[in-house]
Amino acid sequence: MDMIKLTIDKKTVEVEQGTTILNAAKKIGIHIPTLCYMNLGDLNIENKPGGCRVCVVEVEGRRNLAPACATDCADGMIVRTHSIRVLNARKTVVQLILSDHPFDCLVCAKSGHCELQDLAHKLGIREIPYQGEQSTYRKDTSPAIIRDVDKCIMCRRCEVMCNEVQTVGALSAINRGFEAVVAPAFEMNLDHSVCTYCGQCVNVCPTGALTEVDHTNQLINDLADPNKTVIVQTAPAVRAALGEEFGMKPGTLVTGKMAAALRELGFDYVFDTDFAADLTIMEEGTELLGRLNKFLAGDKEVKLPILTSCCPAWVKFFEHQFPEMMEIPSTARSPQQMFGAIAKTYFADKIKVDRKKLVVVSIMPCVAKKYECSRDEFKVDGNPDVDYSISTREFAKLIKQANLDFPSLPDEDFDNPLGESTGAGVIFGTTGGVIEAAARTAYELHTGKTLEKVDFEQLRGMEGIRSATIDFDGLDINIGIAHGLGNARKLLEDIKAGKSHYHAIEIMACPGGCIGGGGQPYIHGDTSILKARQKAIYTEDEGKTLRKSHENPHILKLYEEFLGKPMSDKAHHLLHTKYFDRKTDIVID
Amino acid sequence: MAKITSLNDLRMKKEALQGKQLPIEPRDGNDNMVRVKVGMGTSGIASGAKEVIKYLEEELEKRNIGAIVTQTGDMGYSYAEPTIEVCLPGQEPVVIGWVDVEKADEVIEQYIRKNESIEGIIPANYQTINSTNETKQADTNKTQIRIALNNCGFIDPENLDESISRDAYLALGTCINEMTPEEVIDVIKESGLRGRGGGGFPTGLKWEITRKSVSEQKYVVCNADEGDPGAFMDRSILEGDPHTVLEAMAICGYAIGADVGVIYIRAEYPLAIKRLNIAIAQAREYGLLGKDIFGSGFNFDIEMRYGAGAFVCGEETALIHSMEGSRGEPTFKPPFPSVEGYKGKPTNVNNVETFANIPPILLKGAKWFAGIGTECSKGTKVFALAGKINNVGLVEVPMGTTLREVIFEIGGGIQDDKKFKAVQTGGPSGGCLTEKDLDTPIEYDTLIEAGSMMGSGGMIVMDEDDCMVSVAKFYLDFTVEESCGKCSPCRIGNKRLYEMLDQITKGEGTMETLDKLRTLSNVIKDTSLCGLGQTSPNPVLSTLDNFWEEYVEHVVEHKCTAGVCKSLLRYVVIPDNCVGCTACARNCPVNCISGEKKEVHFIDQSTCIKCGTCFEKCKFNAIEIV
Repeated sequence: MDMIKLTIDKKTVEVEQGTTILNAAKKIGIHIPTLCYMNLGDLNIENKPGGCRVCVVEVEGRRNLAPACATDCADGMIVRTHSIRVLNARKTVVQLILSDHPFDCLVCAKSGHCELQDLAHKLGIREIPYQGEQSTYRKDTSPAIIRDVDKCIMCRRCEVMCNEVQTVGALSAINRGFEAVVAPAFEMNLDHSVCTYCGQCVNVCPTGALTEVDHTNQLINDLADPNKTVIVQTAPAVRAALGEEFGMKPGTLVTGKMAAALRELGFDYVFDTDFAADLTIMEEGTELLGRLNKFLAGDKEVKLPILTSCCPAWVKFFEHQFPEMMEIPSTARSPQQMFGAIAKTYFADKIKVDRKKLVVVSIMPCVAKKYECSRDEFKVDGNPDVDYSISTREFAKLIKQANLDFPSLPDEDFDNPLGESTGAGVIFGTTGGVIEAAARTAYELHTGKTLEKVDFEQLRGMEGIRSATIDFDGLDINIGIAHGLGNARKLLEDIKAGKSHYHAIEIMACPGGCIGGGGQPYIHGDTSILKARQKAIYTEDEGKTLRKSHENPHILKLYEEFLGKPMSDKAHHLLHTKYFDRKTDIVID
Repeated sequence: MAKITSLNDLRMKKEALQGKQLPIEPRDGNDNMVRVKVGMGTSGIASGAKEVIKYLEEELEKRNIGAIVTQTGDMGYSYAEPTIEVCLPGQEPVVIGWVDVEKADEVIEQYIRKNESIEGIIPANYQTINSTNETKQADTNKTQIRIALNNCGFIDPENLDESISRDAYLALGTCINEMTPEEVIDVIKESGLRGRGGGGFPTGLKWEITRKSVSEQKYVVCNADEGDPGAFMDRSILEGDPHTVLEAMAICGYAIGADVGVIYIRAEYPLAIKRLNIAIAQAREYGLLGKDIFGSGFNFDIEMRYGAGAFVCGEETALIHSMEGSRGEPTFKPPFPSVEGYKGKPTNVNNVETFANIPPILLKGAKWFAGIGTECSKGTKVFALAGKINNVGLVEVPMGTTLREVIFEIGGGIQDDKKFKAVQTGGPSGGCLTEKDLDTPIEYDTLIEAGSMMGSGGMIVMDEDDCMVSVAKFYLDFTVEESCGKCSPCRIGNKRLYEMLDQITKGEGTMETLDKLRTLSNVIKDTSLCGLGQTSPNPVLSTLDNFWEEYVEHVVEHKCTAGVCKSLLRYVVIPDNCVGCTACARNCPVNCISGEKKEVHFIDQSTCIKCGTCFEKCKFNAIEIV
């Protein structure tokens, strides 16, 4: 690679051809402020529309200022990043953006995490000299995501996530000039769009334009209601990220402190979604083996590959985009919904509480789970199996409101019977985890042999699409993994074209799987945090005595006392679901 | 029609047609016919040309006059539409303006039948490149030279034979058969032709860069997204001479190594679209587009793409995004389209007028073209004259002609003998020039030095009745509407500029507002992503520079001398003249005038809506506007 030399703020720097001024400056410790720019390096996601013009710098010999994020270095270039001309322009640009932005920072959901707020602070902006009309749009509230478009600064990050990474196509820029804004087609509401509620747009939005629906007030009220029994389940990926909200190093496992905090908040029972993850493996693994055996027996009708179905955003994605393939995914409900169904039947009976007085709350790394709770097929006489879901971020706020010093909380255990889990349940939190958990169980059930090594290293990693072949004692099982819906689309197109050679595929909507979910603490572009969370998940798995779902004693007991066996009629009724063609849902009114 | 399969075929075809006078009517070789052409460009049709052509056809036949009536493109005299050209056998053709049905009758009876002189004859003041018998002596000493408009208003744009009789596709044939692509590019480079769409980038160089970009697929794109307020040069060329653009695109394709051309045209140009589609079909039928053109093995075909009329799509990267079906918004350059353009392939984008110059350059040679114009700006430029000028219409003048010559000689000066105040060139990206700039020669660089720019060729003339703050506000209103909204300075900054100008026109501005206007304008220029934002403050800056006193008058005295800013007008009673007739008070729609009979009346300024009724009704000149 050719190297070139240039001068930035009187310092010489040598960089590879094709390096941007922004990155060259970073190399010598000059941090040019940015706003619309986003680089999720490990995920190969970059947004540099050069739209906000905050990163403009002076390049000698050029008539206009150049955006550092989108301008490549050239040999002999002389760049100034803080001349009076640059400082004045940068400040003016931010003042302009602020002049068309609501001033409700104190009560904004993004306060403290807002990149525009940070920038205004950094540039020392104390007044807005250019006041004028502010653009106003109606607020759009969906079951999971709130769009407050008044706060949209047209950075287009959400658009890149929605269209290029997720290939969902729910959000794009509409209108012109001052009216330009990112919105669903025809300015429809999000719940009338193909949005999957994956929440990746929320994760990257620099301002409060896209946030999750807040359920914390409802939770506080329910906890205070003496007539209600409130129980909680926490998803595997939460424990690997929650600590970040309290200044703990990314990748710190806080499982025990989390349980303690939940108890402090006043939950009557503190359970674990990992228990339900084990249950999912029992059902999904059995379904996989069932289909596989039929296939091996020569049944031409059987649908293979089987696709996982624990991710609600992924489910909504194929309901919109591939409704003709609805028979391929497993019918198993997600762990969140399996937990709810068992909690409001088996467990409610056990503690003799009417399901209407039992509030099941989930803590999820996800915003799509909020939507999943609200789906009609997961309600009994209008009463939802899971009442509502709160995100990792909302959970952290609750802990702070309760004046808990989270890092110094003691490590506590989950309650039983719905709190016990194996390592297989834990790894649901990362890409590749569900299929690895399934492989552990399916292998032993199919072969009747005990696995010598439960770690399927070949299924792990961060590559967007991965594949591996596992030897089921002479039978080669081809496994595919995709995370990010754009990658999922590729595998689905292959299946549609009859080109897929997989027996089973795991799909997670969010890059990285649930650890990178739309409800997780903001990473502000630092993808090393995702890797640290992933590592924590595997560490938790390794530390478990039991690492295969079918060895979870409480799961075995549940089948014995209540469900019978996997895929039994009762299990089918409570733990499986059906899908809906949503292609026709999109009506332009 | 037999296909033209070689350059020789084309030459023979042309020879067969050349003896004939236009309009060419295949079924009638009799040259004792009267030939009538009706200007059927958009401005002609808008003024009633369709009715006129129908009338002429029917009446000439009814009255047994052997005549051939056809349509032609815009002759350039928008102020005198509908215009027709009449050629009596053996005589020089004359152009007659302001022809309605009544006038058409007069033309038939008086001019055609009796060969008597008639009012409304427009003396032509230009020469074309074709032949000397069309060189029409100007009534002024400055001559226009029609290169891009060479065939406009002469040929029937829907008749390829007429184009061929005037050398259409000859340059293409010569290039393909007798020149290498490099030689073609050298000629264009030598000619000094620069892009006519606004930027002024050397055309030959652009072609060369695109030629050198290595790719199996390349594209030629014609930018017909003309969007400046008051500009209609490209539309007129496409409506009047579509084949010259098609031919030039094919030449460009040959030069850069592309076999597909795309015309990106705004859907608001239905007539141009119709004529282009006809022209493309005809060229294909003759084998002048398609496979194996002139038997040379060179393939080239042209598609049409319709834009939704976004001004920003004139910017080439935005145009390409729009062609691809994406949102029409620009992206940062580099990469330039010449390297990575339509569908990611090397793409040469030129504007309509630039293309229209190509065939003449190749036919008459680079030296001939470079001999016209000035050192840095070669050839001619088409301008659409509009505003308070007598001869509204199209002109094509050699580069280096002064603004004074264009406005006062060719353009016929200011309407109603009012005083010239300013001329706006370059559309929303340009600036307003004044009396002191009138002797500036029209060149790319001198106009920029003077604080404006060439732009695509709109030229709007203003007189003493125009308020320059309002003019700046008009352009900013346009920019705010047409900005794509991608970058913040253009999206929000222009809106703020507009709001400040609005405040000034309402008497709410202060001297601080003027400072802010200038500061913000400079930042927007300095930081915007594309040419639109980088130039959108020019109307503000140039009026601030040239009409500072007028701005100050607005903010300090709250006065608009031109009388345009209604909020700043005050109708007051002149006590000495008022006889107390009560006419004003009785007619005031908001009852803001009080006063007893035979006593001096009074206008309450706080409720006056400045409708002017009192001014009109007063018979004693007792109301004045201050």
